Amino acid sequence: MTPKLTAYIEGIGLIGPGFNDWASGRQILAGQQPYQSAKTVIPMPELLPAAERRRASDIVKLTLATSLQAIIEAGLQGENLPSVFSFSNGDGLNCHSICEMLASDDREISPTRFHNSVHNAAAGYWSIATKTMATSSVLCAFDASFGAGLLDALTQVTVDDTRCILMASDTPYPEPMFSKRPIPDNCGIALLLAPRQGGNSIAQIQVSFTHDEAFKFSDTALEALRIAIPSARGLPLLQLIAKGQANSVVLDYLDDLRLLVEVKLC
Amino acid sequence: MQQTLDALLQARQALKPCDFETVDLPTFIGEVEGLNDVNMRDDMADYDCRNNRLAQLGLEQDGFNDAVNAAAAKYGQDRIGVFLGTSTAGILETELAFRNRDKLTGTLPEDFIYSKTQNTYSVADFTRHYFKLAGPAAVVSSACSSSAKVFSVARRMIEAGLIDAAVVGGVDTLCLTTLYGFNSLGLLSTQACRPYDIARDGISIGEAAAFALLERPSHAMDDSAVLLLGIGESSDAYHMSSPHPDGLGAKMAMQQALQSASMTPTDIDYINLHGTATPSNDAAEAKAVTAVFTQAVPCSSSKGATGHTLGAAGAVEAVICALALQHGFIPSGLNTTEVDAELKLDYRLENQLQPLKRVMSNSFGFGGTNCSLIFGLAGTKGDAG
Repeated sequence: MTPKLTAYIEGIGLIGPGFNDWASGRQILAGQQPYQSAKTVIPMPELLPAAERRRASDIVKLTLATSLQAIIEAGLQGENLPSVFSFSNGDGLNCHSICEMLASDDREISPTRFHNSVHNAAAGYWSIATKTMATSSVLCAFDASFGAGLLDALTQVTVDDTRCILMASDTPYPEPMFSKRPIPDNCGIALLLAPRQGGNSIAQIQVSFTHDEAFKFSDTALEALRIAIPSARGLPLLQLIAKGQANSVVLDYLDDLRLLVEVKLC
Repeated sequence: MQQTLDALLQARQALKPCDFETVDLPTFIGEVEGLNDVNMRDDMADYDCRNNRLAQLGLEQDGFNDAVNAAAAKYGQDRIGVFLGTSTAGILETELAFRNRDKLTGTLPEDFIYSKTQNTYSVADFTRHYFKLAGPAAVVSSACSSSAKVFSVARRMIEAGLIDAAVVGGVDTLCLTTLYGFNSLGLLSTQACRPYDIARDGISIGEAAAFALLERPSHAMDDSAVLLLGIGESSDAYHMSSPHPDGLGAKMAMQQALQSASMTPTDIDYINLHGTATPSNDAAEAKAVTAVFTQAVPCSSSKGATGHTLGAAGAVEAVICALALQHGFIPSGLNTTEVDAELKLDYRLENQLQPLKRVMSNSFGFGGTNCSLIFGLAGTKGDAG
């Protein structure tokens, strides 16, 4: 028997196709409004200094925006929060540009392109923007990236007895890589997790391993989103919270291992 | 391991003028010979790329695969995690695929398999399937701190009770992105890199695979077993590609590592520095080290020997620390002829045979990500200071 890892969600961020933020997204997930897919809108990253703002790519802006929703909801602006970033790939457009240049006669890629190519670029910009010097864990687990990030964040909360913010974000590649990895649009979820129940707690979650099948949305558009973008595999958890029901849900993780999440509202 | 130990004891370095692929840059590289001749295991053929070839080669050294299989038999395949660091995974495969796009449609070659080569997770996916493990897995990719930070992820998973053991390590291989990328930043030395030298002028890029099997300490442990005693992690929150000039983040990481190990600076017998050999990196690290360690501690960087193996560096240097502990010697820093006196470190240019009890390894990366690890021997655990 593996243990259950327990944490309290204090803030949520959501941006994706048809989801502009958690406040409006929760009404859609609760079934109060129909889900309609639409191109993802990422707000301007006001926290970034002007120089970094110019150079920041979608994955940076997306991650900053979802994290701010969660941090503001939890009332934890200015806190030195340990963080987990989970990206199924880095900045797709930047990767494309570098590969294209390296295949050409002129291989002189720019310094900015290069430092934006590291998988932890968004984590670096985020720490600069939020002035956070606490540890960050920057992960990738392909389609399992949301689950991998959630597990790592939960071990920080339970083992190190600390708050931790999880940011799972994905951005698309242009062609020709799109055909090999067809992520259709930007999507990100942020969860601010705490070890104990407090005034801003939204829900308690208890997470354990399971071999049961992952939950599938009956809404075909939502299910298409869940399948298409790795971070969207966290949406079934957000739906339980949006519906305000104590219940449990199986989230997708690795091909042979999934996460059972038991949710109690606070 | 034996070759690495011999090279360290004989102060032999592995860097050579860059002749990698079609790269035309006046720099030195640390290349693993024979990777083009590695045959992937039959059932792992889809993972074929330079990075996973090196991973397979690494896993098959020193009886490591036997150790993992024994742990899987003991604990269960689902009780073993896989947490590996890499910065570029199999991106070389994509760089080559972009040269072979269809002239008419621009599509990539049909035999290019993104998920098992280019994707950052591919090396952990490969390793998990290679051993038929069924526990949690992830790649940590935070540039040059990646495979130091895997120890932290695995430590938490074990302490949380989710797993009993973890395959940790790092694998990074030569590719055009890093060679031309570091060149664009003006950070490549035109000669074999000289960490902490007064005339240091940049890095030499290397490639490596290094693995460790991490388990809870037990009474049955051999005296020569290596213990992970402390971990410290921080972020600079300063700049994407330059360290904080005073090494603030690095200082925090070292202090936290000491704190988590319940140690004071005088408990550390040797520091394996990050020591990339760029003027600013070594200066910032030196300021951080002298701020934490008021008494001089013998130290050196392994990068003169191996080059900077980027996402594999943390794991490579953890292995070098393990060898130094087990065989009782302070490894010298290679290529450096005149230590930069301004940096005020006890930087060693000669090997010294001497029993070591506790050693620290530093790994810092782009984006201001810092990790310090403290290792010791099981046989000396009783007299921790």
